[in-house]
Amino acid sequence: MGHTLAEKIIAAHVAGGEGDDAEVWPGDLVEVAVDVVLSNDITAPIAIREFEKLGVERVFDPDRVVMVADHFAPNKDIKSAEQCACMRRFARAQGLLHYFDVGRMGIEHVLLPEQGLVVPGDVVVGADSHTCTYGALGAFATGQGSTDIAVAMATGCIWMRVPETIRVVYHGQLQPWVGGKDLILYTIGQIGVSGALYKAIEFAGPVVDGLSMAGRFTMANMAIEAGGKAGLFAVDETTRAYLASLQVASLQVASLQEASLQVASLQVASGQVGRLADLQTRTLADLLPDDDAAYAQVIEIDVGEIEPQVAFPHLPENVRPVSQAGDVRIDQVVIGSCTNGRLEDLRVAAEVLRGRRVHPDVRCIVIPGSQQVYLDALREGLIEAFVEAGAAVSTPTCGPCLGGHMGVLAAGERAVSTTNRNFRGRMGHPESEVYLVGPAVAAASAVAGRIAHPRDL
Amino acid sequence: MTIEGTVWKYGDNVDTDVIIPARYLNVSTPEELARHCMEDIDAEFAGAVQPGDIIVAGENFGCGSSREHAPLAIKGAGVACVVARSFARIFYRNSINVGLPILECPEAVEETEKGDRLTVDLEAGIITNLRTGRIYRTSPFPAFIMEIIQAGGLVPYTRKRLEEQSGYRSAMVRPDE
Repeated sequence: MGHTLAEKIIAAHVAGGEGDDAEVWPGDLVEVAVDVVLSNDITAPIAIREFEKLGVERVFDPDRVVMVADHFAPNKDIKSAEQCACMRRFARAQGLLHYFDVGRMGIEHVLLPEQGLVVPGDVVVGADSHTCTYGALGAFATGQGSTDIAVAMATGCIWMRVPETIRVVYHGQLQPWVGGKDLILYTIGQIGVSGALYKAIEFAGPVVDGLSMAGRFTMANMAIEAGGKAGLFAVDETTRAYLASLQVASLQVASLQEASLQVASLQVASGQVGRLADLQTRTLADLLPDDDAAYAQVIEIDVGEIEPQVAFPHLPENVRPVSQAGDVRIDQVVIGSCTNGRLEDLRVAAEVLRGRRVHPDVRCIVIPGSQQVYLDALREGLIEAFVEAGAAVSTPTCGPCLGGHMGVLAAGERAVSTTNRNFRGRMGHPESEVYLVGPAVAAASAVAGRIAHPRDL
Repeated sequence: MTIEGTVWKYGDNVDTDVIIPARYLNVSTPEELARHCMEDIDAEFAGAVQPGDIIVAGENFGCGSSREHAPLAIKGAGVACVVARSFARIFYRNSINVGLPILECPEAVEETEKGDRLTVDLEAGIITNLRTGRIYRTSPFPAFIMEIIQAGGLVPYTRKRLEEQSGYRSAMVRPDE
């Protein structure tokens, strides 16, 4: 019997099992070597505190321990400044090669792929639940707590239970204005917020084959909102084209051939190896699920009837088609986040907002997911479109998504947001409300002053 | 180790944003976090919870963020154990790692009410409801996880292993150091 993509990646990382013959099955408790260990300004301070209790002087590899000041940065208050300072001191003392501060940073799950720090076949652990985003690249990536991350920073290893996998297969023709966000919201609506508890999700089928990397990142990002441990996509031409497009020294890839990801097909910039060395050890066959893999469940979804989706408060599973949203008046719109803060998302929002005005009762906040996204959006004229429409544009930050800063809600206020959680009090006051949508509906709602489908503007 | 305490009962999908709202994530000590634990769904909890009390909840307890602040806040509030129908996986790991005992036991959750007194024998996995006299047995932890718990959490467990194992992949044992 064959293996799912999650099982294959984990098997290739079983610590001590250097050979190719390691095989793992769901339920096995294994120790695996990790390729990248991530934390942020909220979770790193606890991880650092626990790291210091381990009696270890140095992190296992300063090239693989990544820290990003993105949640409450630029510092929102003195306590947040202290947390960022704690992380900065540690990063400098340890000589971390990938520490990102204000002006260079982005929202971590937008930033790391863009920087070429995650490559297909990786095992990535991060002290952030949305670490599962990297599954879009065919990596096994999962969120953990700070103590797990402390141990991973010290040892380069973690223990894990090999998860069962649910395969979700999408067929049919997408309607206009329907994207990755709508597909994942619809899926969570179908299986519920604990529908994939302890499990990996494999996204498959002709619809996701045709989906851009941005759409795939959005879907993998929200695997955790169904309780999933990871959300993965098989590597294909879209993945290869994305990697090849990255303008980073650690991963200068001229072309990635159909048959193999091995060295002959790659051109490495002189003296720059970085993550490419890892990629060279993996073949395409390692990055696809086996045809005879065993799944806990296979779910088939016909996308033809799926409208843009809205998740009502206070759970991501409370999903309705936008046409059934009713008359929901809103106070704020947030467009951005690790879910929908990529260039493609901003293009969709700008397409709706260009030549229109944000409703007078609405504060519309647009947050590019990284400095590169910001710069690209600026050069394409998207930022100009947002400002002309009456939206505020912010430097990259997670801020409003978790009620930190840059758009906290008052009692009774409602926000439409392209973020990933609408739990009670998530964006501010416990009596406020968050409605989750994709960038098209977010932008249309900003114009209409209520939840709206872009075709109805 | 046997725990006896009063029950605080909650429903399904208690998420980490209500266990400890993100607006308090600019601090990280259990004592500071405990002051705001559960406040968005139960304003009474933080002020009234007593050391040794037990949280009993439905499915998917601790869903959402990976913040370890959530089990730390609960532990800091003095809660001795959480019993739920099921736990979100990151919360489950975090609780074991920080030494907050947790047990999955749907039957006990079904028949327990707020204010009941429970005893929990963690090693045997036995929960007794002192009001109803009902006794529940839960599956024991896998041996591997029991080892972590017995060591006092993941950090002491790892520290011990690092001291014992020269082959462990670590900066400590790099040949060039």
